[in-house]
Amino acid sequence: MQISNEAPAKNTAEDRNPIGRPDFISVKDFNFFYGKKQALHEINMDIPERQVTALIGPSGCGKSTLLRNFNRMNELIDGVHHTGDIRILGKSIFDKGVEVISLRRSIGMVFQKSNPFPKSIYENVVFALRISGISKKSDLDECVERSLRGAALWNEVKDRLHESALGLSGGQMQRLCIARAIANRPKVLLMDEPCSALDPIATVKVEELIRELKQQFTIVIVTHNMQQATRCSDNTAFFYLGKLVEYADTQKIFSNPSEKQTEDYITGRFG
Amino acid sequence: MDSIASHSLDFFDGESSENTKIVARSLTNRLLSGICITLSLLTMVPLISIIFLLLKKGLPLLGTAIFTELPPAAGMSGGGFGNAILGTLAMVGIGLAISAPAGILSAIYINEYSPTSRLSQAVRLVAKLLTGIPSIICGVFAFTVVVMTTGTFSAYAGSMALAVLMLPTILLTCEQALLGVQSAYREAAYGLGATRFQTIARVVLPDAFPAIMTGVMLAVARAAGETAPLIFTALFSQFWAKSLNEPTASLSVLIYNFSTVPFPHQIAMAWTASLVLVAFVTLANIAAQTIFSRKN
Repeated sequence: MQISNEAPAKNTAEDRNPIGRPDFISVKDFNFFYGKKQALHEINMDIPERQVTALIGPSGCGKSTLLRNFNRMNELIDGVHHTGDIRILGKSIFDKGVEVISLRRSIGMVFQKSNPFPKSIYENVVFALRISGISKKSDLDECVERSLRGAALWNEVKDRLHESALGLSGGQMQRLCIARAIANRPKVLLMDEPCSALDPIATVKVEELIRELKQQFTIVIVTHNMQQATRCSDNTAFFYLGKLVEYADTQKIFSNPSEKQTEDYITGRFG
Repeated sequence: MDSIASHSLDFFDGESSENTKIVARSLTNRLLSGICITLSLLTMVPLISIIFLLLKKGLPLLGTAIFTELPPAAGMSGGGFGNAILGTLAMVGIGLAISAPAGILSAIYINEYSPTSRLSQAVRLVAKLLTGIPSIICGVFAFTVVVMTTGTFSAYAGSMALAVLMLPTILLTCEQALLGVQSAYREAAYGLGATRFQTIARVVLPDAFPAIMTGVMLAVARAAGETAPLIFTALFSQFWAKSLNEPTASLSVLIYNFSTVPFPHQIAMAWTASLVLVAFVTLANIAAQTIFSRKN
């Protein structure tokens, strides 16, 4: 991990977006089950607007499960159910009136393994628009440039927008997936270990991008890499065995955690 | 690790008992490679000799008349088998028009919509059983269902038999093609708010398309050469078909008929028909491959 030796970018108070709703996403008494197995126990947390919130914890602790509940991706799995509620901007995402399709269209998601479609770079970016029925060329062109600029990829690919996305490098592919996720101007960006398959240089680029993107988006990021959490998140939530052990300001969690379990984990004593 | 260490030591030491073992091992290695190469070359022998034989015996009669004229009567010379070529194309075409949508849509259902349901499991099992059914049974089935009810041998009945024959191949290869699509693509599409239909139509099918087409081509190649299902259903005809509802000639039945008569011209014509059949299937395969590989 050469990356950990670099000076961590400062995530100080002035770097933070001051105005914003403190409970942009609000999780209330949330329990989640895969069949009979309970994966999340009584989660309560508020995720603030236009900040980066990191979910950390050992494998199987439920952090990805929680992330995938924010856009109801878990519903693609058979036999899952939940109790409690998740609200975004005060509105329950599980309400009968909520179309899961429109929920997912207003929340961008970036996955652990970059997964661009085997299509051109251009078609990857405009996918969300195409499935919403937008096909006017000027709209699509505008979206491609805006999204690729937003993902800091425009200058690298502007001359080959119509070439296959599979010809990009690993880091470029992941930034393309970020461009694709923000194409529809979502409010929330969910990232499930977005750098775990990237080399250190590509990781730095994506982390810089994350700090850029929080100007516009509320970002929730699952990460195994604690240096990453310190480098790019404002708040950190530590999960263990499906429970939220501690949730606080990132600096506090890493410098002065209140819970013994958190301290053991971040100092590498287990997990 | 120990053995590697001792081997590298042998390299510098020169002679040792270990070294002779390595020499023996590399000899065995070379011997096995030799056997594998020889056997791979041998597998090409049947195909090459068939093509050689077809060209040698089929080429002499190949000319435009073959495609435009009707089969000669017993003992007569000249003529062609234009009606049989047309019949094969029509019956394989109609059979494909029935079996391809049915097979591909079923595969989409059992793989994309409800992979673990009872219905899907039943469809999968039935399709696998159906691949094992001899083609002649497909002919008997189409005979009972179509010929008996309509009262006549027809291209429809032949198409039906070929459709039944092609269906399981298309369904199962298509399912494999869909299974080969990375689930990460589906996840990405759902994550962007695509409906299931959009995910299938815009992401899954385009990616699986070349593999699906390979399966369809396999089915076509097999159906085009089948004789048994057509003898009971389309029968044969010396004439141009006026409709699809009458006995229809096909290349495979023509080959079967002409190769069993005692007239040299007819036997020579059977060889030419075989050559044309193989050429058709091969060309269709190559065309399909180039079109789809260009697409990717």
